[in-house]
Amino acid sequence: MFPMPIEKWKASNRILYKLSLPVALLIWLLPILAVLVTSVRSTDELMEGNYWGWPKDFAMLDNYREALTASPMLHYFWNSCLITIPSVIGAIALASMAGYALSTYKFRGNTLLFATFVACNFVPQQILMIPVREISVSLGLFNTVSGLILFHVAMQTGFCTLFLRNFIKQLPYEMIEAARIEGAGEWTVFYRIVLPLIRPALAALAVLVFTFVWNDYFWALCLTQGDDVAPITVGVAALKGQWTTAWNLVSAGSILAAIPSVLLFFLMQKQFVVGLTFGASKG
Amino acid sequence: MPAQTPVITPARPQPSDLAAASKPRRRSTASRRNRAAIWFLAPACLMTAVYVLYPIFYTIYLSFFNWDGMMKPEFIGLANYVEMLHAPTFHVALKNNLTWLLLFLLAPPAGLIAALYLNQKVRGIRLIKTLFFAPFVLSGVVVGLIFSWFYDPTFGLLTLLLGHGVPVLGDPRYVTFGIIFAALWPQTAYCMILFLTGLTSINADQVEAARMEGAKGWSMLRYVILPQLRSTTFMAFVVTIIGALRSFDLISVMSSGGPFESSTVLAYYTYDQAIKYYRQGYSAAIAVTLFAIMLIYIVYQLRRLLRDER
Repeated sequence: MFPMPIEKWKASNRILYKLSLPVALLIWLLPILAVLVTSVRSTDELMEGNYWGWPKDFAMLDNYREALTASPMLHYFWNSCLITIPSVIGAIALASMAGYALSTYKFRGNTLLFATFVACNFVPQQILMIPVREISVSLGLFNTVSGLILFHVAMQTGFCTLFLRNFIKQLPYEMIEAARIEGAGEWTVFYRIVLPLIRPALAALAVLVFTFVWNDYFWALCLTQGDDVAPITVGVAALKGQWTTAWNLVSAGSILAAIPSVLLFFLMQKQFVVGLTFGASKG
Repeated sequence: MPAQTPVITPARPQPSDLAAASKPRRRSTASRRNRAAIWFLAPACLMTAVYVLYPIFYTIYLSFFNWDGMMKPEFIGLANYVEMLHAPTFHVALKNNLTWLLLFLLAPPAGLIAALYLNQKVRGIRLIKTLFFAPFVLSGVVVGLIFSWFYDPTFGLLTLLLGHGVPVLGDPRYVTFGIIFAALWPQTAYCMILFLTGLTSINADQVEAARMEGAKGWSMLRYVILPQLRSTTFMAFVVTIIGALRSFDLISVMSSGGPFESSTVLAYYTYDQAIKYYRQGYSAAIAVTLFAIMLIYIVYQLRRLLRDER
């Protein structure tokens, strides 16, 4: 282990280390803490200039109620759900099929296809902007939830395919062969044997892709107009423009926008980290 | 492999299966499998072709046209590129991209330091590691908002710390640095998690052996640990470089490229020209330039990947 395990340290250093941890954490998370505290601060208090002190009276319910009702926050939040959940399912469905094919069939162009999916991860999004807008407009998908979903599915499929292809490649191939000898069709092999085996990888991917799509701002900006289908990232950014002084409301909105990904991260931490580092080390 | 992985017990062969298996299969196996591969790949390939590959080529094509998005596009050859090379904003964007790149490269070492600092077994360390990583999960919009507020010259935390207001986001001299600083926060968290994972796979015997030899602290890190972390380090640098070139959300939320377009980068400049000024062809030319810069990393990555495949 590196650095030297703490049990072998001098007692004084050990105490210093343990004391430093909460301090470092406090400084590191200060921006988030500030937002949390502000989101429960009353407007009067902000007017008086108490921005950073401890809130005197808690206006949490009022702030969140106002952020939720006086602006279309709930509507944005709901849009985000409508966009994110099908996108995650779609991308993972397409990618698990493609990943299965790329890892178990030998055909010409296999590596080329795989390389294409990998390369898609690194393409700057801006080069896609104008054509994707055009496609969405001509298909009647501009400013619709389905338009955003289709695009996110396509965009995330590259990463998911890379991830799943490498994961499936690690499975014992004899098992797939055995199933084929038993007479199982290709679809049955995929659906009944491979999919259950890669469930941990699917969970890791789902968590990761959820946060990617949930946090997206650029495409929401490009492919939507007005409030109808705008997701919460656009909503919060708009909130700032509207109420630059009402930081307690902006904070409440930001917290709302952050809750699903933060919650998912805390619940599925292991999967999240696996996804992040697996994708990274093989990328 | 986690415990929930099901053990595969092949179902009892059904009569129909046996019939299928006993038929001559010479003829069909190869072609049937090829057909299956096509069906499995078709949806993903179709989506990627429509939404990623075609747009890349279309944007390259479009970069040779003058087009406002409505009238008929007019072919103008390289004029967009020529104009771009002479545009002061393009130079500002390029310079800012370079600044982003250089300063963003602080994230891997900072992440390594954080990882080394947290790589101890004490009570509650898991929770602390988790909390340290939390900023990475936040949306760029939220991080942007938090830091805009942090920098506010009348009441922001920075003002409070310094004792006087500095309009970080309103001053062309500071704005880019202010935004990069905000972006480093989640990026350092990301690098930290990569290094923490890398550290767990370090060969303990080697570390012990080196320790016997008297290696410790810096020399241990330099000669024993870092060589073992090479692939992690490489990855941390790649995701950081790509992240630096991609920067858009924070700039959009914190400064909209301003003041006076002083904090714009190629990604934001592309967006700005297409959406605000309806200059699709010109915007395409900037996007192609950004793509060309990123292609260096894409090709490098692919070559590495294909080498590993062999």
